[in-house]
Order: sequence, then C-alpha cells, then structure tokens
Amino acid sequence: MKMITAMIRPSKLDAVKDALVAIDVVGMTVTDARGFGRQKGQVERYRGTEFKVDFLPKLKVMLIIPDEKLDAVISAISTAARTGEIGDGKIFVSPVENAIRIRTGDSGVEAL
Amino acid sequence: MSGPSALETFDRLRERFADGLREPQLRRLAFALLATGAGLAPLMAGSAQAALSKMPTDGADTLLMLIGSALVLLMTPGLAFFYGGFTRSKNVLNCMMMSFFLMGLIGVLWVVIGYSLSFGTGFQSPFIGGLEHFMLNGLGGPLGDGPLADGFAISSSSFALFQGMFAIITPALISGALVERISFKAWFWFCLLWSLFVYSPMAKMVWGGGFLGPFGQIGALDFAGGTVVHIASGVAALVAAAIIGPRTTWPDNKRPPHNVPFILLGAGLLWFGWFGFNGASMFASKTAGYPFLTTTTSASAALLTWCLLEWFKDGKPTAVGAATGAVAGLVGITPAAGFVYMPASLIIGALAALACFIAVRIKAAIQFDDSLDTFMVHGIGGTLGALLTGLFAEKALVPADYFPLSAKILEEGGNVGMFIAQLKAVVISYGFVALATAIILYILKAFMPLRVSAEEEERGLDFIAHGEEAYDPMIN
Repeated sequence: MKMITAMIRPSKLDAVKDALVAIDVVGMTVTDARGFGRQKGQVERYRGTEFKVDFLPKLKVMLIIPDEKLDAVISAISTAARTGEIGDGKIFVSPVENAIRIRTGDSGVEAL
Repeated sequence: MSGPSALETFDRLRERFADGLREPQLRRLAFALLATGAGLAPLMAGSAQAALSKMPTDGADTLLMLIGSALVLLMTPGLAFFYGGFTRSKNVLNCMMMSFFLMGLIGVLWVVIGYSLSFGTGFQSPFIGGLEHFMLNGLGGPLGDGPLADGFAISSSSFALFQGMFAIITPALISGALVERISFKAWFWFCLLWSLFVYSPMAKMVWGGGFLGPFGQIGALDFAGGTVVHIASGVAALVAAAIIGPRTTWPDNKRPPHNVPFILLGAGLLWFGWFGFNGASMFASKTAGYPFLTTTTSASAALLTWCLLEWFKDGKPTAVGAATGAVAGLVGITPAAGFVYMPASLIIGALAALACFIAVRIKAAIQFDDSLDTFMVHGIGGTLGALLTGLFAEKALVPADYFPLSAKILEEGGNVGMFIAQLKAVVISYGFVALATAIILYILKAFMPLRVSAEEEERGLDFIAHGEEAYDPMIN
C-alpha cells in the first residue's frame, strides 16, 4: 500500500476528486493547508499598508491506495491539478505498513 | 428647499470660492490663524437674541426624531462590525464589545446625568449644562411630549433620546485607535469619565447654546457632529493612542484584517444609520430630505474618489478602501449636511476622501499605531468637514432665528468669515479635547494599568477580557 499526499490548488479539488473517482479510488481525506514553495507569498494592501502574506491557501489531499494503482493515481492527480503555472502543488508518495477498518477489524488492502 | 438649479448653485459656489480667495479677507484669515493658535482668539461680541415663536409638538417632526434615533443606534453595532473586521481573529469580540458595551454604559449614563450636563442650563455656564434634568426630569409634558423649545416642534423626550445615541457612538469611535491592547477595565472607566467631562461639555458648547455655537461667542456651525462627534473622538483617539502606546506587534508583526466582509457590512450599516445622524438633525420632517440627500451624495463621491485614487496609485480599487472612503465622506458632510446645497456635498465628499486617503498613508509611513485610523478618518475628515462648512454654508440655509451669530458672521464676513469662525471652533475643540483626554488617562493610570500585559496581548483579548472565543481557537 502507498500513501499519496498531494498539495493542490483549492480550485482544483473537484477536478482531482472526479479524476480519482473515475479510476475507482474509494476514499480520500482533504485538509485545509497553508504553505509556500517556489511560488513564495503574495503582497496584499489595506488602506495603503502592505502586508506580505507568506503562506498561501492550499488543500492537502491524502489517500491510501493499493500498490498497483500508484501510476494511475499519480497520473490522474497530475493531469487534473495542473494549470502549468507556478503553484500547482506537489505529490508525495510514501509506503504504508498496514491499514485497519475500525468497524470490522479488516486489515491490509481489504480495509481500504 | 426649492433652491436654484444644481448647475446655477455650482456656478455660484465656484464664483464665491474664487471671490473669497481674491478678497483681502484672506490676509485676515492668516491673522486669525495666528490668533487662534495662541488659543486666545479675539471673541466675537455678544450673541444676538433669537426671536423664536412657541410651537406645539408636531407628530411628523417627532417621528423623524424617533426613526432617526433608531437609525443612529444601529450605527454602534455597525461600527463594531466595521472595526471588528480589521482586528485579528483572537481580538474581534473584545474589539466589538468596546463599541457594543457602550450601548449599556453610556445608554444609562446619558439618561441619568449625561443629557442634563449637555443640554441643561442650571450652571448658567457656556461650557457645561446643569443638573436639573437628572434622570431626564423636567423634559416638559407628562410624557416628555412637550415641545423641546421655542421654535422647535419636536418633543423633548425624542430629542433627549436622539442625542443619547450620539453620546453612545462617540466614545465607541475612539476604540479604533486602542484595540488589541487596552484593558477592558480601563476602557470602562475611560468611557465613563470621557463622556461626562469631554463629550457633555463639547455638546453643550456646540449645540447646547454654549460657547462655540451660534448662541455663544464663536458662532461655529456644526450640523450633526463634525466637532462634537468626529473631531472629539478623533483627537481623543490620537492622544490616547500616543499615551497607551502601540501594540507589541506593531509595526513588525502586523496582520491583515481578519474579515473584510465584516468591514463592508459595518460600513453599510454606518451609511444607513447616518441618514438618521444627519437627516434627523434637521429636527423638522418637511426639510429633512435635503440633509438626507447631501449625506448620501457626499458618501458616494467619497467612495468613488477613494477607489479611483487606489486604482490610479496602486493599480487596484480595494473593498477596504471603498468602505473607508464612504465613511470618510459621511464624516466630512456631517457638520455641513443641512447648511450646503448638493453640489457642495459632492466636493466635500471628494475632498474628505482625498484628505483621509493621504492621512492614512502618512500614518502608515510614520508607523504611528492609531490602529484602525480613528484620527486619520474621523479627526481629519471631521476637521476638513468643519472648515469646508464655513466655505460652503449657504445664507439661505442658516436662518438668523436659529443661528443668530452664525447668520451675522455670514452676512458681514461672508464664507471667509464663517471659515474663520469654524477654524476657531476647530482649534479650541482640539485643545480642549486633547488636554481633557490626557488628564483623564493620566488619572486612570494612577489607579490601574491602561493596557494588558504582553503575554495577554499574545494570547488574545477575547479570552483574556471576556473568557470567550469568536471562532474555533485552533485557527487563531
């Protein structure tokens, strides 16, 4: 199993979700996040006073998938979340030791 | 109010303005500036006695005051939203309470003693009222339904109520300069003392037949509170911010407004309430349409001006700028609303926006922590409005029966003479309010800390002062 952590633009959530549902991904968790990468922050101005806002709003999408779906998921997210501009986000992949469904006690891929 | 057409009026205003500049009176103006600067202006000779006839209480006029009172009351929670949007999310409740709470504190203080000190005559003083209206005694009529005074058809109770709403919002305006660090206990005592010893004398001097007004020595015009409300709150804010000092996070760790929609909501409520503030200050329903009109036209011109200035200078018109511009225009027209024709209201609105726009940028540049720009908007806007009232006041709108000394000044000295009278009133108001505010704060400082500790400031005043949080504390 793999854990996918994707930092995406908030406006791309629906597109990413639809792309994942289309390849039979059965669940995901979304968290509000703030961050910066190469995009850096932005300057806002209120009554002439400038405020440098370093952390921009992003969404963190987290999902656990069976190994064989990895390429399809990465490709789905990459395609759906891409605008081609700086700030499209990143996808991180990490291994997962186990997963347990609390209701039934199922474990491993069965629990996904 | 069937005046000449707008275009004719505008031409006449322009000519008068140009004439005024050519006249040798301009030199006298320079002298007057020096004289009032010393605080000892040669005072105008004694006030003329008015000849006003007794009128029965009129239902429509009184109803105007009641509607006006409700409108002005709404401005205080409106102001709470306007200010609350600017703070950090951990201080928003405390900021809003600094306004909202005064509907309780000043609401009671006003009917107990504030009204009497502002509009009584018991002390026979041009600076303070009396004690005869303690607990609103002696208003006239079994239900305060007797007319306010000769020449007025509004009931005395509706007047006392209406003025009370002004007494509530004026100290609330000061809070903008002090948010996010003043202790709520100090704020409580400050507002109580300031209302009694600064607001009431100001109201007496300007509106209560006192020293600065048309029945006193200076003859200044203040339709709805340019001096009493906006200069008073603005100057007090400036002095208080200087004495209490900046937030620990200013200017190195400042944050943008936490809720800009609140700011727009608040500005909208203020604009709506201002119809009562200025419109009902006509005290007569038949003629109230005009100050209703000039109030909104000034705000429109100011909103537009502010946004265009931002667009031109920064490339984008902002929502905060639109809200601030509208408020600046409303402040600017306040002293003038019933004394000028509509074209002048557009000029006053545009100039108020320009002056306040420059002022907030200067404040940002010198890094003075008048946190929400109370002085920069209310002080500067009120001062500009008071002075422009002198330049644009129409003789026809300043009847001698109601404004004896002001009408005399306009007759003899024209608008330049009126400008000088306004300038004297502004200088005296600045001096009195600054001094009295400083004294109150230094006395309070002997009894309690004026501000919270740096740790409490860091934690947030919603929890420290009230034990509440506006939002989920996770997202502070």
